[in-house]
Amino acid sequence: MKLFKFRIIILFALIFICSFPSAGSFLLKTENATTQDTTSFVSPFEADNNRCFKCHGQEKYEYTNANLGRQVKAMMCSERIIYKNDFYLSNHKSFSCTDCHSAEYVKFPHSGELRMEQKYNCIDCHGGDEKFAQYHFEDIEAEYQKSTHFKMEGDGFSCWKCHNPHTYKISVRNKSNLKETIAYDNAICLNCHSDFNRFQLLSNKKEINIIQKHEWLPNQTSHFANVRCIECHTLINNNIPVSHLIKPKKEAVRLCNECHSKNSLLMASLYKFESKEQRRDGFFNGIILNASYVIGANRNEYLNLISLIIFVLVLGIIGIHIILRIRKKRNNY
Amino acid sequence: MYLYPKWIRIWHVINALMFLILIITGLSMQYTDKENASYVVGFAKAVRWHNFAALVLVLSYILFVTGNILTNNGRYYRIGRKDFLSNMGKQFKYYSSGMFKGEKHPFPVTEERKFNPLQKLTYVLAMYVAFPLLIISGIGLLLPEITITTFFGISGLILTDILHITMGFFLSIFMVIHIYTCTLGAKPTSLFWGMISGYHREE
Repeated sequence: MKLFKFRIIILFALIFICSFPSAGSFLLKTENATTQDTTSFVSPFEADNNRCFKCHGQEKYEYTNANLGRQVKAMMCSERIIYKNDFYLSNHKSFSCTDCHSAEYVKFPHSGELRMEQKYNCIDCHGGDEKFAQYHFEDIEAEYQKSTHFKMEGDGFSCWKCHNPHTYKISVRNKSNLKETIAYDNAICLNCHSDFNRFQLLSNKKEINIIQKHEWLPNQTSHFANVRCIECHTLINNNIPVSHLIKPKKEAVRLCNECHSKNSLLMASLYKFESKEQRRDGFFNGIILNASYVIGANRNEYLNLISLIIFVLVLGIIGIHIILRIRKKRNNY
Repeated sequence: MYLYPKWIRIWHVINALMFLILIITGLSMQYTDKENASYVVGFAKAVRWHNFAALVLVLSYILFVTGNILTNNGRYYRIGRKDFLSNMGKQFKYYSSGMFKGEKHPFPVTEERKFNPLQKLTYVLAMYVAFPLLIISGIGLLLPEITITTFFGISGLILTDILHITMGFFLSIFMVIHIYTCTLGAKPTSLFWGMISGYHREE
């Protein structure tokens, strides 16, 4: 009985050790919208831009209403707020606001017609430019035009629905920032696909329910935290860093072994940044192990070999034992 | 000789069936590929069946441990220090040469001694070491969010998985040897019938 109690204590101790909560490790990190003044960048257009940020850089703005003859305080529409620091940390930080927007905006109050101005798309500036050749904007544009999102362009879909030109900052995937990249990229999709108001701008569907739609997916939380939506919802293109050909939902990857296999799809998508890197401890698709673990994709060739040898040896010993038993039985007769 | 009460036989058959399902589905998850998808159970189906069989196996394991506490069956698993190693040696010698020379079984089955020393050690290792480790690591893989993220710089999930598949492999090997040694009764089928009827047939 004492021995049994000892075993039970050991068992509970093991359960406790193994289930020690790794609090926070699977939670997605969210960026603080109200960033601190950390950028040291000084824009050549700072003075010009400040005239815009004076109102558009905050939630409240104030102006003199000549008709009323007094100061008026009002709330800025959330869609029109561009935080100054976020802008000066973005890839477009060296721009003047009027590089992309009409110079007429310098006048206040703004003309109502300005709202109808044609906005630039990525390809308008980045297309055909040798400086940006490595990003293959032409291929991205071609993919986008084949994607299911492009069909909604007439209803107002554009690059800016996913990539905010005022805050966009290129992030290169690597071993240390993979989780952040996954959270960042998935937030782009969820921005519309989990916000019914935004979703309704482009769709007539009555509801969206990401969790319910992905009910078939085992360990949903773990999948959402460790892979991007685009892993299953885009067609892989080896020519560009991030695939932009969003497939119709019927064509999304649903077969588990597309990722959970030796030739895992993840090596051509999420882990393509250094898929040639291999760990030397015998794991297939070893690079995945730096950030995650995928059943079926991370099998170990040494363990496979050892287990096969042990299994064959056991069968061999049993075979010899059977032969000796048969011989003994024959000798007895 | 009545050796296997009903609860042990029920537990044993549940344990065997669930373990077979777990082996097939476990191998399917580990080795499913786009190329050989038809040779094994599909990954999604394998996950569902593996989780289901694991749950039943855990419940049957609780039945086994509880039964061993509440009945006298637990005494068969107690390893005495006295002469244990030499007794194991005798049993090993019997299996490897003695039985082919017509020697008598060194530890014949009695109501007081259901298992020979080799059996006892392997059963204790299987049921009280490998099984708990298999279950704990299985829970860790079923609920990855509760698994430690890193352990001495190595991913907790990899360690948990390696522990799980290693224990699963050793228990699969145990099962192969167990089934074979069950043909070593009075007749090759008599020990199997014993586990069905509850009665052990003397050799």
